[in-house]
Amino acid sequence: MGRVLLVGRLAWRDLRRRRLEAALLLLATVAATTTLTLGLVLSDAASDPYEHTREATNGPDVVAMVSAHPRERPDHPEGAGAGPAGPVDIVVDEPADRAALDELAEEPEVIDHSGPFPAVAAEMQAGDLTSDVQAVGRDTAPAAVDQPQVVRGDWVADGGVVVEASFADALGVGVGDPVTLAGRSFDVVGIAVSAAAPPYPKSLCFAPMGCASGGTPEEVAGLPAGMLRDPGLVWLTTPDVQRLATDPLSLSYVMNIELTDPAGAAAFVEAHGVMSPEAPILATWDEIRVETTELAREARTILLAGAWLLGLLAVATVSVLVGSRMADQTRRVGLLKAVGGTPRLVAAVLLAEYLLVALAAAVVGLVVGSLTAPLLTDSGPGLLGSAGTPSITVPTAAIVVAVALAVAGVGTFVPAVRAARITTVDALADTARAPRRTGWLIAVSARLPVPLLLALRIAARRPRRAVLTMVSLAITISGLYVALVLATFLDDTATLAGGIEDARTEQLNQVLLVVVVIVLTMAAVNAIFVTWATVLDNRHASALARALGATPRQVSTAVASAQVLPAFAGALIGAFPGGFALFHAINAITGGDSDRVSLPPIWQLLALVAATVLVVVSLTAVPARLGGRRSVTAALQAEMA
Amino acid sequence: MTDTTDTSGPTDTAVLCARGVHKHYGTGAGLVRAVDGVDLDVRRGETVAVMGPSGCGKSTLLHLLGALDRPSRGEVWLAGRRIDALGETALAQLRRTDVGFVFQAFHLMEELTAVENVELPALLAGRSPRAARRRSEELLDQVGLADRGPFLPAALSGGQRQRVAVARALSNEPAVVLADEPTGNLDSAATVEVLRLFDDLHRAGQTLVVVTHDERIAATADRLISMRDGSFVDEIGLTGGTRRDLGALVGLEG
Repeated sequence: MGRVLLVGRLAWRDLRRRRLEAALLLLATVAATTTLTLGLVLSDAASDPYEHTREATNGPDVVAMVSAHPRERPDHPEGAGAGPAGPVDIVVDEPADRAALDELAEEPEVIDHSGPFPAVAAEMQAGDLTSDVQAVGRDTAPAAVDQPQVVRGDWVADGGVVVEASFADALGVGVGDPVTLAGRSFDVVGIAVSAAAPPYPKSLCFAPMGCASGGTPEEVAGLPAGMLRDPGLVWLTTPDVQRLATDPLSLSYVMNIELTDPAGAAAFVEAHGVMSPEAPILATWDEIRVETTELAREARTILLAGAWLLGLLAVATVSVLVGSRMADQTRRVGLLKAVGGTPRLVAAVLLAEYLLVALAAAVVGLVVGSLTAPLLTDSGPGLLGSAGTPSITVPTAAIVVAVALAVAGVGTFVPAVRAARITTVDALADTARAPRRTGWLIAVSARLPVPLLLALRIAARRPRRAVLTMVSLAITISGLYVALVLATFLDDTATLAGGIEDARTEQLNQVLLVVVVIVLTMAAVNAIFVTWATVLDNRHASALARALGATPRQVSTAVASAQVLPAFAGALIGAFPGGFALFHAINAITGGDSDRVSLPPIWQLLALVAATVLVVVSLTAVPARLGGRRSVTAALQAEMA
Repeated sequence: MTDTTDTSGPTDTAVLCARGVHKHYGTGAGLVRAVDGVDLDVRRGETVAVMGPSGCGKSTLLHLLGALDRPSRGEVWLAGRRIDALGETALAQLRRTDVGFVFQAFHLMEELTAVENVELPALLAGRSPRAARRRSEELLDQVGLADRGPFLPAALSGGQRQRVAVARALSNEPAVVLADEPTGNLDSAATVEVLRLFDDLHRAGQTLVVVTHDERIAATADRLISMRDGSFVDEIGLTGGTRRDLGALVGLEG
């Protein structure tokens, strides 16, 4: 126990002695742990509004739908002769089997239901915008199961239409606005929310011809004729819906079911979901919830990918920090050993500092992440209430703590063990860690102009630091590559049918922007810190070079260039193989379809590399300039002290 | 004793000249006069030894003479050019061509071999790598280290490292070599090695200013200046006979 206290006390004292470095370490790790926490808790936070809506509207446990039977009809009759097959049309020639829903309502697990309600697909025009809709006929009296909650206006009345809230928001319609449904005029009498279907632009598809949601322009162009695109949900009176359905084959039926046990919804669907065209299609409340929170899952993917990148960047920051600090802690190690500290104790003290910071970063990340999660999960107008602060579960906390400790451990383990093995005499003599010699680099540098000669030699003195700089930039640029791909994809899919803007795209763009800003900020902090560490590490060499005739500008340029050279290499690696590999790795993990996206063109990647170099130059200019102007005599005499 | 009111410029034969040079640190009660009104003329080919106790301002004076630092007041002339008011860039360019430094702590680049250390000033001055390497090898041969060129400083003895530093100082054929306690970190044997080297340079006509508190260095000097509390307090001209006797005493002869 005494040793544990001793280790803790020594670690704490050293952290207090070097507050700036401890703060930087904390910042780098907090960025990773916060983003990771956000990614882990976002889905939970996003589920709150759906739960609230389901409770307020007495949402169904299962939604059952029947529609007329669609089948494929190719353009060319079979055996018509040579030639390629043409596009396939969907045709409907069997009416919906409403009796199947009635039978389902008699099942012993069903304690209550509403409907079957008639539903028909139509085209709705509101002002300049036109959209496919699924119109469901409802009674004017409240239903026992799934009674949509009116948030503005009133419930259905003859000649009036109630619009689902997200759909109304996208169309920009309000109570009293005129709309046209299948050529007939209606007035919007109310705006409502329901838990029986996901908010627009998602939907439960009642239409016989099927529905498609979102998609790139190429995907949309390949949809079968007659398929609904991004249909909105509206409610009318039952007679109004029946009047809209000029063809009986176009009518579908929807029934909302309440079970004895909501948790048994999946088992109910398993037992009664029959794979045939005429059988009811069943959807559980959980499936609807999953569809509703899809945005949160997509945001979660972005956040988790960002968290991994930030974790790797944090490892690079920790490695550089630890390397610099170990050089200053050598004498302290010697003192510990001289008074009887074993190598194990010494390693424990050295590691404990960073583990303390990692634990603090984990706690801060968990708190900040859970408090800010609701800000990134705007459920939109289609649900009641807003996302609450999610509670931190033990698995989430364990993952975040483990990642924070891993970041600290990876960056510190080898230097700590190396420091612990140094002999007591050498440690007390505080022998500075000699720079590495790379003979061929020194020979090559002799042929270069003076600033590049010095730059190459500075980088060669600490090759590990140059590699860390290169890796940091490669990670950052790989992340930007993926962000570019995502941003382009979001732009391509931002416009729904009828020219309506998808509000979810803006939210995802915001999440993407937040992650990109954090990654770029940490990369910038890394670049400045590494440059400053290089300046400090090269005080003597820079002073000596100036004493031998190098100008301050040449030395400053050399220190900055020593960062730019590995940064350029890192940017190239990140822009070309790195980003491509990262994108495909994320795709493989998330099960995405890489064929749906466009990869960045070459000119964009070259511009990215060029911009990276310019940014690194500007970030490193100030510390490099400060380093090049230090007093030569003071630096040389300090070496002798 | 030095006349601190001498305001005349450098003489025709002076390669290094100081007039009323002062260097102060701090202000008020904390004012430190590291160099307090020094006048000095060093002729071409002359070796001047500046001696004094620790903290008397010898090293500070050397830094001022070698354009590593600027005086608080006064003039410094090097190779006929006034340097005390030059900018950092001009001073650096001056250090390439007109000044060679030898430091007590050697100040060699640990990751460069002996030959790479010696060629560094030539590369900084813009010489071609081939010319710089050739000159470097010649200088190492001159200081008796022709076979130690590929060795890192860690593999060299103290005396050998200082001889590499001397070779480096001569890389660009400077007008003057300034040596700050060149034997301060050396044992007796290594000290004699370096003293011989300085003697050889003196005989070859190199202008040298050596700051030291080691009397043996006087064996290589034409003039011996004593310094105390930032000022010159005494100056002795050494004849050829005196130098020979001193040289024999410290083992330079034979």
